Amino acid sequence: MAIEVRIPTILRTYTGGEKAVSADGASLSALIEDLEANHPGLKERLIENGDLRRFVNVYVNDEDVRFIGGLEAELSDGDQVVVLPAVAGGAA
Amino acid sequence: MLTIDQATYDAIVAHAKRDHPDEACGVVAGPEGSDRPERFVEMVNAAGSPTFYEFDSTDLFQLYKEMDANDEEPVVVYHSHTATEAYPSRTDIGLASEPGAHYVLVSTREHGNNEGPVEFRSYRIVDGEVTEEEVTVVDELPR
Repeated sequence: MAIEVRIPTILRTYTGGEKAVSADGASLSALIEDLEANHPGLKERLIENGDLRRFVNVYVNDEDVRFIGGLEAELSDGDQVVVLPAVAGGAA
Repeated sequence: MLTIDQATYDAIVAHAKRDHPDEACGVVAGPEGSDRPERFVEMVNAAGSPTFYEFDSTDLFQLYKEMDANDEEPVVVYHSHTATEAYPSRTDIGLASEPGAHYVLVSTREHGNNEGPVEFRSYRIVDGEVTEEEVTVVDELPR
């Protein structure tokens, strides 16, 4: 099984500069474990207290994963996963 | 240094004034590696707040998909502060995730929705470190 995972600029330090890497997993959570095995440190940047970080967006085939089960979202061969940090901030 | 053309500068200021007292946000995309802010993209502040901004997650995805297809990157990421100075807050610094971008801050605290000058300042924010840079406004970007 191969799932393409697109990595944002700020996290490419974990992928040796690669914009996209290949990973395996039947769910987003399994995929992240697999990513971590090959790119240590990445998991910590995606997950906090057992859930996706508030300001990290993950999309599976163009859909925000928060609407399709979050970490439990099911994945299959050929899916495309995109990671994008939120663009956010403000005076508060 | 940020070099930006007058029309794009004006568009950012107009957006900030229009959305005051809420924060306005957007990007100016440009060809990868060019450092040329060419394509102004106004974004909706999904937080709709005077003290916070966040691109809607679906809009964000569309924007990055578009930039990817055009071999573009976010050359400028802008937002406004509506009651405080045009300097990155702790939140801005903590959430800054484009080390290659010019972070433009506009403050509308002085004149709000009305005519009048605004503070328009630009920064690099890398690994939690803020460096202010000079802003040069030109009639047109040099070829």
